[in-house]
Amino acid sequence: MSFFSKSPWILHYDGSSCNGCDIEVLACLTPLYDVERFGVLNTGNPKHADILLVTGSVNERNIEIVENLYRQMPDPKVVVAVGACACSGGIFARAYNIQGGIDKVIPVDVYVPGCAARPESIIDGVVQGIAALEAKRKKTA
Amino acid sequence: MSPAVYGVLFVFLAPVFGGLLAGVDRRVSARMQGRIGPPLLQPFYDFGKLIQKQARQVNPVVEPLLLGHVFFMAVTGALLLSGTDLIFIAFVFALAALFLVLAAGSVNSPYSFAGAERELIVLLASEPFFILMMAGICKVTGASTYAGVLASPQLVAVQLPGVLLAFLLVATIKLRKSPFDISTSHHPHQELVSGLTTDMSGRMLAYVELAHWYESALLCAFMVLLFNWSVPLGLVVFAIAYALEVLVDNSTSRAKWQLVLRSTWAATLIFSGGNVLALFLLSR
Repeated sequence: MSFFSKSPWILHYDGSSCNGCDIEVLACLTPLYDVERFGVLNTGNPKHADILLVTGSVNERNIEIVENLYRQMPDPKVVVAVGACACSGGIFARAYNIQGGIDKVIPVDVYVPGCAARPESIIDGVVQGIAALEAKRKKTA
Repeated sequence: MSPAVYGVLFVFLAPVFGGLLAGVDRRVSARMQGRIGPPLLQPFYDFGKLIQKQARQVNPVVEPLLLGHVFFMAVTGALLLSGTDLIFIAFVFALAALFLVLAAGSVNSPYSFAGAERELIVLLASEPFFILMMAGICKVTGASTYAGVLASPQLVAVQLPGVLLAFLLVATIKLRKSPFDISTSHHPHQELVSGLTTDMSGRMLAYVELAHWYESALLCAFMVLLFNWSVPLGLVVFAIAYALEVLVDNSTSRAKWQLVLRSTWAATLIFSGGNVLALFLLSR
């Protein structure tokens, strides 16, 4: 077993979310859920991150930013789309400036449904992300 | 055992000590925040992962500079324990830190560059103290080597209470604890992203971690110098001091660099300078 499953560092990016999912992502770090128990760290720096956690949909203005963050992350890396908007565009899907889900711009490995996604399901998504991370590492190793 | 053996032992055991200390630190911090916290060996898991991960070098000079940083941190400890002159140790220690500044300053990221500049300020703040501390220790014990200081019948901390006080302040800088962690940021979404390490990924970041483990062990060795009657006594005092640092880290926000420089220099000048001066005047 590699160390990736024991030390997944997360970069959280808010696309055009209503902040509902973001609050739930931050809730995962609070004493109630405490994801640091599993070695999860919220880094805020793409060059240190293993998992890109995106909330909210992609709009015309942040396509470049999402792509840039993804490119800056060293391999292996996975993307977890958190919430209905990140998965498909959600209730904003038909708005004039919305492109749709995150998978319109970068490859998404795990989709976490919900509006807002519950902390339990976000943690579940990260755990599945870790499995995807392991699979990618084996492929590149 | 000959002193050279202690030097070699430091090179191999200091990372284990530093890594475990970081693990305890993260757990204690978590408990202070009402959380359970990561496993004790988490820093080693992180280190292993960083080694396995892709390393992107923005500038090819970064890797040799960071290896130099690790090398000189290890050498500082090895020289200290194998009986090199204490004043010399203070200078090699500064050299080791300088390698990190060069590595962080060699990339284009404004965050990394700002981190490098702040690290220089922090060096400026802490180096005078270390030289003064070593001079004071040599004066009190009449010895200028590690073994010589440990063999001295004088308890250094009793003669140098001011230096001990200033050491606690400067250790906050060296251990990268809030409010003095201005050059780096261990918490996300702050003004400096990750400071010095912003542009370092994969094994580059692992080198920085490794060097920091050496640095923690080195500070512990300095504490043993101040409580030179017995090594366990020094270790216990270091543990208490570290617990205080964690408490301060969790209860303060980051200071501006002006405050860091002023308070450290004030402490160096008034507490340690006054202490050493009084010692020279009294012993005449």
